Amino acid sequence: MAITLSGDHAIASPPLSARLTTPQVWGIVLLAPYILVFLAFVVYPVGYGLWLARHPASYVALYHDPIFARAAVNTLIFLLVGINLKMAIALFLSGFFAQQRTWIKWLSVLFILPWAVPSIPTILSVRFMFNPEWGVINQLIFKFTAEDGPNWLNDPTVALAMAIGVHIWKSLPFWTLILMTGRLAISHDLYEAAEVDGASWSQKFRYITWPSMQTLYVTCTLLSMIWTLGDFNSVYLLTGGGPADLTHVLATLGIRYLRLDQLSLAMASIVCALPFVLPLVYFMMKRLSR
Amino acid sequence: MKLPTLREIGTEAKLLLIGIPVLIWTLVPIYHMFLFAISPKEDAFSGKLWPTHPTLNNFKIVFYQEHYFLRDFWIQFFNSVVIALSAGALTLMIATAAAFSISRLRVPGGRWVMNLALFTYFIPAAFLAVPMYRTMGNYGLLNNHWSLILAMVTIASPYAIWVLKQASDKLPVELDEAATMDGATTLQLFRLVYVPLMMPSLVAIGTYAILLAWNEYLYAFLLLSKDTEITLPVALGNFLAADDSPWELLMTTGFIYALPPAAIYYAFKRYMVGGLTAGAVKS
Repeated sequence: MAITLSGDHAIASPPLSARLTTPQVWGIVLLAPYILVFLAFVVYPVGYGLWLARHPASYVALYHDPIFARAAVNTLIFLLVGINLKMAIALFLSGFFAQQRTWIKWLSVLFILPWAVPSIPTILSVRFMFNPEWGVINQLIFKFTAEDGPNWLNDPTVALAMAIGVHIWKSLPFWTLILMTGRLAISHDLYEAAEVDGASWSQKFRYITWPSMQTLYVTCTLLSMIWTLGDFNSVYLLTGGGPADLTHVLATLGIRYLRLDQLSLAMASIVCALPFVLPLVYFMMKRLSR
Repeated sequence: MKLPTLREIGTEAKLLLIGIPVLIWTLVPIYHMFLFAISPKEDAFSGKLWPTHPTLNNFKIVFYQEHYFLRDFWIQFFNSVVIALSAGALTLMIATAAAFSISRLRVPGGRWVMNLALFTYFIPAAFLAVPMYRTMGNYGLLNNHWSLILAMVTIASPYAIWVLKQASDKLPVELDEAATMDGATTLQLFRLVYVPLMMPSLVAIGTYAILLAWNEYLYAFLLLSKDTEITLPVALGNFLAADDSPWELLMTTGFIYALPPAAIYYAFKRYMVGGLTAGAVKS
């Protein structure tokens, strides 16, 4: 019987070359659906995409396209400012939400809302709030100062800053939650001992909190970097890449080229990002597959 | 009850000083959306913080499809539901089978598949969108619900497999051995031992996949375009096409669209926090 083999085959037989047992046949059958999905919807599209991006001419065209250069710079700003600001605030707020108070518990339930609701309606809500004529912000400015407010989304710098703001609004709860679980894992005794020794707030953070959260913080930052690179909604739905295509990031630029029917450019712009993305992806993969 | 000391009041005040801005920051866009949903058109555009005549009329207009932009509201709502549920069910089936195979049956090459899946998980979805769009075109699936369902399954299953594998690695091996000893076949092991024990993780993963598919905008608007085929988020995006968009109706529809995922999230929060966030980042 094949069944009896499964218990001792680890010692008796060489690992992979051994004859397949019944459970292993089932293993292959059960794994097959995912492998099929992977081949059809990951391997084939990626291969096809790389094949479309094979012409050097596409890269020359990209190099000469000012919108591409602008998008690359925007992406860098988006990542540097957005992620660092978000993670710093999340680290700070994780300490706040770790406080044992009933009202803070309730607040944390509400605080998670941006993460729990879909981003489309809320981003559109922000977009209309900042509408220069009808938006509530400029109406309030007019009410109090009798002057017209700025045309927020028409200034590329302000528009990009607001897209970063929307991104932070949406993903801050998630990272705060993650960092909070890290914080709660720190032994309370350490803080009590420090309290006895008369340690100040900043000393406690520097010598207890930070050393035990360092790794988690770095992992979160890297992961957030990968996900932020793919944040299409925050920019596309708020500014649409405008004004004058000045607020595109790499995630929206590919779609822009696609809509202009410049498929090879769309793929080439993504390929350009790969040297930065792949090391991060590899690093994260190693970290999680342990 | 003893009176709070000056120091305790000071700490509480400091905490409030953080809490109140956090509350305002969190709620403003959502409140603004809600405000529009209950305001008649004149009030919505006047910049008031509470409408003079709050009304549910907007909801009536949406539910009875009484506006040009909302002709297909119910069919779009239905599309969203069907796609989310199908993607959730398919992801669950594929990922559970794969996790069982990799973690319990130790299929040769399972580790490899796991790594490849993780690799896909970390590729930003927006980068995969362009080639995915072309691929669906090549398969002749564009404008077909299956294209979006399959795309969502592709994106959801790597993480699903990873979470399920982590959870099933924790189940003791003796369990499988005992069941096998009693003469259970592999399929019985899967059905009668594995799936019942994995229930909490399965609920978490099912919820995750359903929410992912329900919330998806980019893939939905690339892959589907006919008014009667699109999902709600694409319909919301289409409001932007016109200059004189009825924003109060857009916000009402958005509010209705946002309710189910929020409700699901809070209902399954227990599972989400235990099954997902803990596993999301392992340090």
